[in-house]
Amino acid sequence: MSKHDDKKEVETTGHSWDGIEEYNNPLPRWWVWVFYATIVWGIGYTIAYPAWPGLRSATAGILGFSTRAQVQEQIDAVDAANAAMVSELESVDLATLADHPELNGFAENMGAAVFRANCVQCHGSGAAGAKGYPNLLDDDWIWGGRIEEIAFTVTNGIRNEQSMDTRGYGGVMPSFDGVLSHEEITNVASYVQLLAGEATDEAAAAEGEDIFLDNCASCHGEEGQGSLATTREFEDPEYATASDEMTGAPRLNDKVWLYGGDLATLEETILNGRGGVMPAWLEDYRPASGLTQAEVNAVAAYVHQLGGGQ
Amino acid sequence: MIPDGYKKGTLDMWDWIKIVVLGVVALFAAVAANFARDLAYQVHALIVMAVAAGMFIWTVRQVGENKQPVIDTGYNDGVIRYGVIATVFWGLAGFLVGTFIAFQLAYPSLNFEFLQGYGNFGRLRPLHTSAVIFAFGGNALIATSFYIVQRTSAVRLWGGNLPWFVFWGYNLFIVLAATGYLLGATQSKEYAEPEWYVDLWLTIVWVAYLLVFLGTILKRKEPHIYVANWFFLSFIITVAMLHIVNNLVIPVSFFGARSVQVMAGVQDAMTQWWYGHNAVGFFLTAGFLGMMYYFVPKQAERPVYSYKLSIIHFWALIFLYIWAGPHHLHYTALPDWASTLGMVFSIILWMPSWGGMINGLMTLSGAWDKIRTDPIIRMMVISLGFYGMSTFEGPMMSIRAVNSLSHYTDWTIGHVHSGALGWNGMITFGALYFLTPRLWGRQSLYSLKLVSWHFWLATIGIVLYASSMWVTGIMEGLMWREVDANGFLVNTFADTVAAKFPMYVVRGLGGVLYLGGALIMAYNLWMTAFSKRVPSARSAAIATAAE
Repeated sequence: MSKHDDKKEVETTGHSWDGIEEYNNPLPRWWVWVFYATIVWGIGYTIAYPAWPGLRSATAGILGFSTRAQVQEQIDAVDAANAAMVSELESVDLATLADHPELNGFAENMGAAVFRANCVQCHGSGAAGAKGYPNLLDDDWIWGGRIEEIAFTVTNGIRNEQSMDTRGYGGVMPSFDGVLSHEEITNVASYVQLLAGEATDEAAAAEGEDIFLDNCASCHGEEGQGSLATTREFEDPEYATASDEMTGAPRLNDKVWLYGGDLATLEETILNGRGGVMPAWLEDYRPASGLTQAEVNAVAAYVHQLGGGQ
Repeated sequence: MIPDGYKKGTLDMWDWIKIVVLGVVALFAAVAANFARDLAYQVHALIVMAVAAGMFIWTVRQVGENKQPVIDTGYNDGVIRYGVIATVFWGLAGFLVGTFIAFQLAYPSLNFEFLQGYGNFGRLRPLHTSAVIFAFGGNALIATSFYIVQRTSAVRLWGGNLPWFVFWGYNLFIVLAATGYLLGATQSKEYAEPEWYVDLWLTIVWVAYLLVFLGTILKRKEPHIYVANWFFLSFIITVAMLHIVNNLVIPVSFFGARSVQVMAGVQDAMTQWWYGHNAVGFFLTAGFLGMMYYFVPKQAERPVYSYKLSIIHFWALIFLYIWAGPHHLHYTALPDWASTLGMVFSIILWMPSWGGMINGLMTLSGAWDKIRTDPIIRMMVISLGFYGMSTFEGPMMSIRAVNSLSHYTDWTIGHVHSGALGWNGMITFGALYFLTPRLWGRQSLYSLKLVSWHFWLATIGIVLYASSMWVTGIMEGLMWREVDANGFLVNTFADTVAAKFPMYVVRGLGGVLYLGGALIMAYNLWMTAFSKRVPSARSAAIATAAE
């Protein structure tokens, strides 16, 4: 360590630790100046912005900046720009929304944003649903696929305790545990597969037909056509919003499944029953995190145009 | 018959105290295991009982044996050898878990059903961070600080067997922390997850560490305290303060792992990030600068570039770092004044941080040719490079406007890993390559070529890791804030997750390369220490004697 060939004229400090010495080089000038510059900038910045705490409050800064005000300004700017459209959307008759192309386009964009923030967690970002959460892209509607019906469902939700008008309140699929034997459950599950056109054990399905008619047809229909909403003709002028008109019993004579159409899942469904829940989204029912009327209308418009709207 | 050099076995006071204390601890741990309210606490009580009972039996069996008197001349290097082994072991464990959880993020099916509740991402993530920061980094810091403080003070470690207590006590802390995470004992504070009794144990160990270090400095034979020791001392003292304040909790039960934080809401958040940021500042920066200030001049065989710079940047660094924490809480419930100060202090911190890099790199001036010939120097140079890069990136990300984009994105992950893998990892590898031949009395490393392989694998691994996280971080930040002409959100959160997938695979591959390099190092160090093919230092004229 002592034999370093020094080209510089710099002295060491004279200290040595385990052979390590230290040059007495001055501070690099650029380093000092940048350091000073950041300090000067720092003093200036703390004068301009809220910074120094006192006993009761802190200096507010001469620019009057606050992060909350900054966020609020940006929100207000967007709100102001959209105010006219939003107020129109709030009171529009949804059945005629399609006749106003500009408002309709706005509603779909707005609804898409509402959907992305609030609905995707269950229904998926592509709205294709998941086990227990209906696919919103097809035309298999459990609670009605007209735009007003979708808005009603979003507003009041399903089987919740928030809205008095919630759909299907008390109308859950019961458990058949103890009502039907295991063999009967297997047979009726096979019959449901037969109704849907899935491959199944035909002998068991034949055994299951009477069981189905006795226990299931009251809600799912004798042909497994499901409750009112799923069977209604497109042209039907009457649509229902009251909970007692729809049990929410899904159509069974197609291959669209809410929980799954394999034998094991069907048996599980029959054994334990089902009762899917959706919150009521209107802000009246969810004061902190609900949607405004305009947002409900917008998301209804968005879901309606996804592909399956009636 | 008493062999030469042994003293007659007696039962002295110290043996009595040890036996009584160990017996009481073992007994109490058995009682605690019996009354345990949760599995983590029970397992921990059993671990403590096993350790205390084992030491109790061992101590009793030693009673009356003839003892070899402790040779307290020369340096205490035994504990450092253990520290080097522990550093390598925990490093490999931490890198392995890190690589695995990187792939869990890319391929969620790796959260196997049979591992739910033990080996899913949520349980393994704190295992990874604690393993690399506290187990790998902590053991490296303890081992190198013990090595350096002895050499630069020219005295043996103070405290007799106390350094051994520090080493084993610290590693017991790590085992308790790690098993606790897997079993679900966590107080949910990032980098401070261990529960109250583990925190208490670490406090005891840390005070012992401070005593050993300070005791050694106080009895030093050198007139001045070397700069590396300033950094180590500031690291030990500040970490003690941070650890105690951030872990102020009230246990729910004496026989359970759960506890309740004393502070709540934004006060708790501020305390957590005051702790979290200074864990980076004093554990991963000040401590490792201590390492750098010894190993770089030793390996380069050059004097430190500037004594003045080392003084100024040391004091500026430790004064400024402690205020920078609020920049982790921009645009939250934290009042704006605190957020401003956090940002301002972070930016003023830029040059003091760079002082360490300048002093390290300029120490090599006059020895630049060694970058070509000495892969260990190359490792140290690149670690200083990554140090400089992340200490520039950090202040930049603390700016409110930048932070509003980068916060909560993978950019943060990229930033900490360019610092951790690049700076902390590489300088530690350099130190391990320096220490191993010297500690095991070998003439040289087993293979310099393997060091070169390690260097390139690690460097490419870091580049893959950091660049993929920069890309994906900025991308997701932009996607989150993307709005259409009416100001409506364009992307769902799941869209951003899907978009990040390719970068997650690249990140995982970076981890594989880094882990591969570390495995090569482990092999190389093992062969250096234990293979007969490396000549011992005694068998030839010792190269280091010339220094």
